[in-house]
Amino acid sequence: MSTVATNQQTGFVGKASNYLDERTSISGAVKEFGRKIFPDHWSFLLGEVALYSFVIILLSGSFLTFFFQASMDVVTYTGSYVPLKGIEMSAAMSSTLDISFDLRGGLLMRQIHHWAALLFVAAIGLHMLRVFFTGAFRKPRELNWSIGFVLFVLAMAEGFTGYSLPDDLLSGNGLRIIDGMVNAVPVVGTWITFLLFGGEFPGSDIVGRLYTLHILLLPAILLIFIVLHLMFVIIHKHTQYPGPGKTENNVVGFPILPVYAAKAGGFFFIVFGVVALMASLVTINPIWVYGPYDPSPVSAGTQPDWYIGFADGALRLIPPHLETVWLGYVWSWNILIPILILLVFLAAVFAYPFIEAWVTGDKREHHLLDRPRNAPARTAIGAAGVTFYAVLWAAASSDIIATHFKVTMEGVINTLQILLILGPIIAFAVTKRVCLALQKKDRTMALHGFETGRIVRMPGGEYIEVHQQLDEYDRWKLVSFNDNAPLMLRPNPKGKITGGMRARARLSRWFFEDRIAPVTPTEHALELEQSHH
Amino acid sequence: MAKNESGPADIVPASGHERSTDVVLGTAVVSPDAFPDPGLPPHRLRVVDTDPKAAKKAERVVYALFYLSIVGSVFAVFAYMFFALDPNDLNSVRLNNLYIGLGITLSLLAIGIAAVHWGKAVMADHESVDERHPTRGSEETRARAIEIFKEADAESGFSRRSLIRNGLIASLVAFPLPAIALFRGLAPMDVDPNNELKHTMWEKGLRLTRDPSGLPIKASDLTIGSAFQVIPEGLADLPPHERLDAKAKAAVILVRMKPEELNWTSAERESWSYQGIVAYSKICTHVGCPVALYEQQTHHLLCPCHQSQFDLENECKVIFGPAARPLPQLPITVDSEGYLVAARGFDQPVGPSFWERLN
Ligand code: FES
Repeated sequence: MSTVATNQQTGFVGKASNYLDERTSISGAVKEFGRKIFPDHWSFLLGEVALYSFVIILLSGSFLTFFFQASMDVVTYTGSYVPLKGIEMSAAMSSTLDISFDLRGGLLMRQIHHWAALLFVAAIGLHMLRVFFTGAFRKPRELNWSIGFVLFVLAMAEGFTGYSLPDDLLSGNGLRIIDGMVNAVPVVGTWITFLLFGGEFPGSDIVGRLYTLHILLLPAILLIFIVLHLMFVIIHKHTQYPGPGKTENNVVGFPILPVYAAKAGGFFFIVFGVVALMASLVTINPIWVYGPYDPSPVSAGTQPDWYIGFADGALRLIPPHLETVWLGYVWSWNILIPILILLVFLAAVFAYPFIEAWVTGDKREHHLLDRPRNAPARTAIGAAGVTFYAVLWAAASSDIIATHFKVTMEGVINTLQILLILGPIIAFAVTKRVCLALQKKDRTMALHGFETGRIVRMPGGEYIEVHQQLDEYDRWKLVSFNDNAPLMLRPNPKGKITGGMRARARLSRWFFEDRIAPVTPTEHALELEQSHH
Repeated sequence: MAKNESGPADIVPASGHERSTDVVLGTAVVSPDAFPDPGLPPHRLRVVDTDPKAAKKAERVVYALFYLSIVGSVFAVFAYMFFALDPNDLNSVRLNNLYIGLGITLSLLAIGIAAVHWGKAVMADHESVDERHPTRGSEETRARAIEIFKEADAESGFSRRSLIRNGLIASLVAFPLPAIALFRGLAPMDVDPNNELKHTMWEKGLRLTRDPSGLPIKASDLTIGSAFQVIPEGLADLPPHERLDAKAKAAVILVRMKPEELNWTSAERESWSYQGIVAYSKICTHVGCPVALYEQQTHHLLCPCHQSQFDLENECKVIFGPAARPLPQLPITVDSEGYLVAARGFDQPVGPSFWERLN
């Protein structure tokens, strides 16, 4: 034992901690983080689900790498699945079949891996929606939104590269579509696909290359960004929902040790358990049904994994014949326009926090979340974005919609084309109205209290329903929000009004012109006085 | 910038709400006439805090669940041993998957629920409060950071010795260039992708054969309304890899219709068919999926990927969907033995568009 330590460290745990601390200085970290406070809310679990599914993916994926052969060498299948016996296929496909049919628990691991991957992207998406609709991306968290956005894109890339590995019919078709899309890129497209596939499509290199991306490069980058993302959560401390006692200057909740650790740690096992349950009960990606890749057959009604749907839908909604020849070169607008639309959509998602910060010009730090209704413009923009995404996503299933509801393909596509443009506009208008109505309702509640259902006859003979005032805690929830008013154009110190200022003022009017201010104590006192007469 | 530069005049910055009064509020309205924060509501006791019996029960549930988890783990191991995979029984795969999976599920869920219940019902649940501090460093720290950069700059001469600095930047720009060159090796050096994309196996006299058997097809094999999936003769004999690459371009769909149902833009085009038999590339001109669905009634070919439709009656023009160009037609005729053969190769590249397609 050290001579420095003033030795209360007796017993094994004491000695072990002392040993560690004298070599790692870990007590400092425990002191700093051990009792750090985390606020509690179900919606904060979405990010956790994403993180935990990533861990599950790493665990199950590592297992799969021990058996999967990322090779397109052609072999004759000799495994247990009778319908494919004797058929030529790539080693990738054959080893995937072996994992499924000749390795105990192999199918389970494949299905855990795939279900966790689907959950991973879904949880990230929902987490982003939560962050968006509560305004959690505001200063100082704009950069963490960007990091999270990168994670979202990486997760989709991981999903797509993984989907392509078994070299079955569906994954081959997915790659064929990528090949066709990249080919449409002006100037370099042809060469990029040529390099990507190591020659012509499908070639014999792509699976091995995607494998390196899937298990090495992309996970490494993902991990770095996850670490960054979490580091910022620690630096900023978690946001919290507004409520009595919760301010911009504090965080109310439970300490990491022990409560948060128990809940979050337990939650990991619950997420893992649910994924395992899905994998035991529900088949996912039955590649043996599709067979090995062959450029000729394909069956109707096949679907990509859900997160690719919006891209596939965008390809489907473009009207026919959009291709021009200019200067002797081919401009495939039928592919370039959907790609551009997707890129602009993703760029808008990425940029939103910066745009809103510019419009509001608000330089304060925000740690209290907005209730979505209290930011009507933002909530409406979010709803419009969700609608846009949803229409694209539905378009990816246009054939299934048509056969299922017995309507024509043309009808479905044309309807979705119109919806893609009108849907977001309608969603915006409706959502904004709903938010304002809810805010009005909040105002009434805060002013008059709630209806008790008790009817009283007044001396004059009229009947009124007695209202009961809210207590101060409940009222606080309704009156403590952040309100914004449109900018007024005023010349800058140089006496000028620039175009940027004009644009900003116009945007801020669009954001904040329908404005419902929170109830003030003065209003409330007046109301109380009146109701007593 | 002035505070709240653009708000209406009756709006003044908050007092007490903000950490520092020189923060720019932008469009935010902070009224001095605001309700005071009532502070944290009184702590509510849980049943387990007041009823020792409930507390005991919660404790029991937690440890019982932890032990139940062990049961699940052991069950999964037993399932691994006893639900072996039987090559002659597909159902064994299902059972193996199901029981190992359920065992693992039980083991995981029980741990999870136990831990969460422990945290919620057994551990102390007093809400605590942490102070937040501004994200930015203190003025002192920031000043020191700037000073450090200045010192480093002075000591290295980074701004002053511009030749060194520019040399550094230029060399850093140049050093990844070899890596870019190295990636040229991703695809064969002596092959031009344009050339590859413009040629298929089809050439004059090559027989049309069935996919995948490779058996040649006689005109009389086709009844009106029937469709065949076709590959060129000899494709089946190619080494496996070349076979897929070749097939990805050369796959053809062969259909027989009544000659009067076919409308042609020129006599030459008409001569590409044989007694109502027409052959079209099966590779979609959109992004390359096989156009595998033939609708007998309407004489439409349908691509299952994005629902492009091609009209067999009118030289496979696009009538719906995202594709821009008709499917290229393979000119066919019959050889001396009556087998269908290509009269020549395709007159244009098949499949998706690419930049240099017309050069
Ligand atoms: S590939 Fe045929 S429609 Fe897209």
